[in-house]
Amino acid sequence: MNDRSRDIGTFIPGADDDMIICRCEEITKGEIRRAVHDGMFTIAEVRRMLRCGMGLCQGQTCARLVKGIVAAELGVRGTELESASARSPMRPIEMRVLGRDQ
Amino acid sequence: MKKTADVIVVGGGAIGNATAYNLAKNGVDVLVLEADEVVGNGGSSRNGGGVRQSGRDPRELPLAIYGIQHIWPNLKDELGMDVEYHREGNLRLGRTEAHRAILNGLTDRAVECGLDVRMVEGDEAREICPYLSDAVLCASWCATDGHANPMLTTLAFYRAARRLGAVYHSGAKVTEIKKQKGRARQVVTEDGDVYEADVIVLAAGYGSRAIANTVGLEVPMHTQLMEVIVTEGVAPMFWQMLGTADADFYGHQSDHGSFVFGITGGYEDFSTAVRPVSSSIAASSACRVILGYFPILENLKIVRSWAGWIDVTADHVPVFGPVEEVPGLILVCGFSGHGFGICPTAGLLLSELAQGQTPTLPVDAFRYDRFKAPA
Ligand SMILES: Cc1cc2nc3c(=O)[nH]c(=O)nc-3n(C[C@H](O)[C@H](O)[C@H](O)COP(=O)(O)OP(=O)(O)OC[C@H]3O[C@@H](n4cnc5c(N)ncnc54)[C@H](O)[C@@H]3O)c2cc1C
Repeated sequence: MNDRSRDIGTFIPGADDDMIICRCEEITKGEIRRAVHDGMFTIAEVRRMLRCGMGLCQGQTCARLVKGIVAAELGVRGTELESASARSPMRPIEMRVLGRDQ
Repeated sequence: MKKTADVIVVGGGAIGNATAYNLAKNGVDVLVLEADEVVGNGGSSRNGGGVRQSGRDPRELPLAIYGIQHIWPNLKDELGMDVEYHREGNLRLGRTEAHRAILNGLTDRAVECGLDVRMVEGDEAREICPYLSDAVLCASWCATDGHANPMLTTLAFYRAARRLGAVYHSGAKVTEIKKQKGRARQVVTEDGDVYEADVIVLAAGYGSRAIANTVGLEVPMHTQLMEVIVTEGVAPMFWQMLGTADADFYGHQSDHGSFVFGITGGYEDFSTAVRPVSSSIAASSACRVILGYFPILENLKIVRSWAGWIDVTADHVPVFGPVEEVPGLILVCGFSGHGFGICPTAGLLLSELAQGQTPTLPVDAFRYDRFKAPA
């Protein structure tokens, strides 16, 4: 059970909050940290709210970084957080190519 | 840790979160118990984002109209998050005379209910959405339908409820409701935690069924798999919501430029998966169908797909309201694949019911005991 009202401390602005973490969607470290303080306690929620990891590369670059930031903010180990689900297709596929399979 | 509240909401989907938000806004002490580790991980974050009136059952239509007139347009300001709501109309497309007959029937029934929807010929449809194929023969057109971002809407209600003091426990799977002195009073979770409230709102989608069973109630419903595919983002092309007479796909372009298409593989009734997973056939079959209406999209890449369950009742309309035989219990489930568009209205009505007030709109048509044995 995860009490979403448990005290994770207040949001303290950081010097590197402007650093871009998800390059596809241009999401900064500060935005991710703030989302956690607004109750987004899981990778899936952070991702659904901010779109980090939802761009063309689908999180192949930033997934680990996002996890580290969320874990640090919650005061837990990264291994305690469930990763975002991997979704098909493995690589982007044109609609005309997908449609060819009959 | 909080174990008692005025109202306990079971289920942190769009419906539960909208209810918790409205209650917290009214100063009611509310606790939400969500089984999943992730808030909103059910259909509420997986749906196609349709905010439609057309195609609705007449019983649901007043809820849809109320939301579109009074809640959706201001939701962004009210919740402090842009939920990407667009009210730019819905085209339901037809390519054959058989399609035209289906669309005529739907349109006539909607007009009878007072909805502003009409048939347009192919050329007018192409004026509304210039990217449509010449194969489009006709369409029904409802100018006040639209779409919104379901992930943002669900989380915006959660965030706003939480900011107003609603307490959320995730990973708290409810197994049983227990009565005291004839009233629903206790909520028991898988971990053995026992919570207590004056009013319990059971908004757990298909999960509501097993929980309702523990106080002797049964709702005839089943689950069905629904799937979604998403393209890479491109510059804005159009803001309408689109569907077809055959209901073989529906979709829209989202604010970040991706097209989001709700699709089916044709075998969704037979899915046996424990978790909702995309089937191997749906995306391909849907791409063929979509390109038939939108050949211009052929080089767009699909970047992502997912699936979700819908909870379908025997008459495809939700169960929604207080349960007289179990005072203190409000049952709300079975949105049958169209609960997202009406979630803001549902949240308002449920919060009124939970506070013992007369709801803004009547909910009698959604009674839990409307399912009778065959005569
Ligand atoms: C692919 C797809 C496309 C769709 N497209 C549209 C559309 O375009 N327009 C539209 O209006 N609707 C659409 N829908 C339907 C819409 O998503 C649902 O009707 C709506 O989200 C229902 O909200 P809910 O809160 O009742 O359900 P859910 O989101 O399923 O929430 C129920 C919650 O209860 C929790 N729960 C379950 N059991 C328990 C338990 N024992 N204890 C505690 N918690 C529990 C679940 O984990 C879940 O979070 C679509 C659905 C899908 C799957």
